[in-house]
Amino acid sequence: MTRPLPNSYRTGPDAEGHFGIFGGRYVAETLMPLILDVEKAYGVAKADPEFKRQMDYYLADYVGRPSPLYLAERLTEKLGGAKVYFKRDELNHTGAHKINNCLGQVLLAKRMGRTRIIAETGAGQHGVATAAVSALFGLPCTVYMGAVDIERQQPNVFRMRLMGAEVKPVESGSRTLKDAMNEALRDWVTNVEDTFYVIGTAAGPHPYPMMVRDFQSVIGIETREQIMAKEGRLPDLLVAAIGGGSNALGLFHPFLDDTEIAMIGVEAAGEGVDTGRHAASLTGGRPGVLHGNRTYLLQDDDGQIIDAHSISAGLDYPGIGPEHSYLHDIGRVQYHSVTDAEALDAFQMLSKLEGIIPALEPAHALAEVVKIAPAMARDKIIVMNLCGRGDKDIFTVARALGVSL
Amino acid sequence: MSRLDATFHRLKLENRAALVTFVTSGDPDYHTSLALLRGLPGAGADIIELGMAFTDPMADGPVIQAANLRALAGGQTLAKTLTLVEAFRATDQTTPIVLMGYYNPIHSMGVPAFLERAKAAGVDGLIIVDLPAEEDSELCLPSQSAGLDFIRLVTPTTDAYRLQTVMRHTRGFVYYVSIAGITGAASATDQAIADAVSRLRAATDLPIAVGFGIRTPAAAASVARVADATVVGSAIVQTLADSLLNGKATPHTVPQTLALVQELAAGVRAARLGATA
Repeated sequence: MTRPLPNSYRTGPDAEGHFGIFGGRYVAETLMPLILDVEKAYGVAKADPEFKRQMDYYLADYVGRPSPLYLAERLTEKLGGAKVYFKRDELNHTGAHKINNCLGQVLLAKRMGRTRIIAETGAGQHGVATAAVSALFGLPCTVYMGAVDIERQQPNVFRMRLMGAEVKPVESGSRTLKDAMNEALRDWVTNVEDTFYVIGTAAGPHPYPMMVRDFQSVIGIETREQIMAKEGRLPDLLVAAIGGGSNALGLFHPFLDDTEIAMIGVEAAGEGVDTGRHAASLTGGRPGVLHGNRTYLLQDDDGQIIDAHSISAGLDYPGIGPEHSYLHDIGRVQYHSVTDAEALDAFQMLSKLEGIIPALEPAHALAEVVKIAPAMARDKIIVMNLCGRGDKDIFTVARALGVSL
Repeated sequence: MSRLDATFHRLKLENRAALVTFVTSGDPDYHTSLALLRGLPGAGADIIELGMAFTDPMADGPVIQAANLRALAGGQTLAKTLTLVEAFRATDQTTPIVLMGYYNPIHSMGVPAFLERAKAAGVDGLIIVDLPAEEDSELCLPSQSAGLDFIRLVTPTTDAYRLQTVMRHTRGFVYYVSIAGITGAASATDQAIADAVSRLRAATDLPIAVGFGIRTPAAAASVARVADATVVGSAIVQTLADSLLNGKATPHTVPQTLALVQELAAGVRAARLGATA
């Protein structure tokens, strides 16, 4: 390949929301004025020191940031290769990285005078985080969740309701995350006057992919400082799981121009990419347009969207954020995939070795680390984003292991 | 003159509005869909809006969502939709057909291939929900070069400034979405529709169609008094759905659906009689 490389990998998106050919604003006319308003308001907020001050305050005192960067010594010893660090975003309030973004978007919604919050959720982590922040600021919150996901994520449904959110089951289509997103868009198009749609991942129409990435970049910014303090140098490899890809972008983005650092995004291979029952959009999909952006999608020959499959509800989405599609095509980030079975093994391994029960999403990233670390020299450093805790998943895992609770 | 221009020109001379009927292509199967399409002009449809089935119809309510899924379950594809139009054109050279839907199936087929096949099949215009003016270079401009009208949606959230952007490359007619919402949900008041139509008249010479939330002959008639076309979708699709048995067509499917179209057409045709007398 002789494609010229950009001077920086961090300049996207352009003014129209494109990362290369990906991204854009593929929404109904009813929503266009709304997303233009969000874009404008976000531009103003980003330049306002008061917005930054509010973010910093709540990230520290409410979310509990900075999250630790932890050297997993027993895991490192067991794998026998590179040193493995975890960025412990599972220790955030509400148990995952999702709240970094929810906080930013709900603060923005308040600045814009919006009085009602809606969100979609898959695993329920984004729904729980949105419910929490909505409660914090006294805003009514409606969360759309696929009926299939409600069934497998009961604890998170109850958490959301405890915090005052209305959880609306979505019975249309495949009744998972993509359908929840369709239904949230239908709500937004109907309630244009007062509602702010808090999208949970770095996808959707511009400016969401950029805005969500910016809010999640706190992960990578902290990691850079923490690894310098601990090791005196930057890591060799970053690894993160990818559904829509917000936790991965949050970790990767601040390092994209450090070209000596390798990065691996881990998609969910479900029962195996060759079985057709998976959620690996980059590995097993092709570019298309859905939910406001052009990106890699699981689709058939007619351009119909194919249901994704993963044991992890949070990765069970047939698309991926557009910036990942771009980073994939230019080769800056490598994208691999991990099956349900491999993720389950990693889930149990981490629980026993380190006393940390990870969510099924980062268990995918961990399975990749387990494959790669042993082949790396002992002086190499891996940072993996441990983006969520596994409390929500114990029922799913128990069922998969044939244990009745 | 294009079929759309000719239709609006003729109706202007007749001093009446057009009835635009929406059905989903291939709902519930190809042959029923073709029989229905062939019956629509005789039942009083002036323009046919034909939905291209998609798994994720984000702007549609439950009635049209279900129609999309029925069509897909019946094996409908974009290629078959174009074949359906071609089959319709074999016996009807004058009734305009406008394809309505979402961008991904077209993106998947490839824009040049789609435009070539659509033009050859006898399609007159396109309404693509998720291609706003900001993405005109994707399909709007290429379709107009290929001789297909790209019909833009205008909504209650489109303000005066934005209206200029939205109108810039609109051809054929303007489709006013009368409510902020999904298909088959709420209805706008007559006054709100009349106000919106006069706002649009000031901005364009194109015919103005009004749709969303128009369910009855009386509602179709009151829109027909102020607009150049009235669009009915969910009510027709619901009537079709009510005629099915376990999701499959019955001998009642085509006649029951066309019976509603006849009532709607009668409403639209009588709408301005009182006003001009």
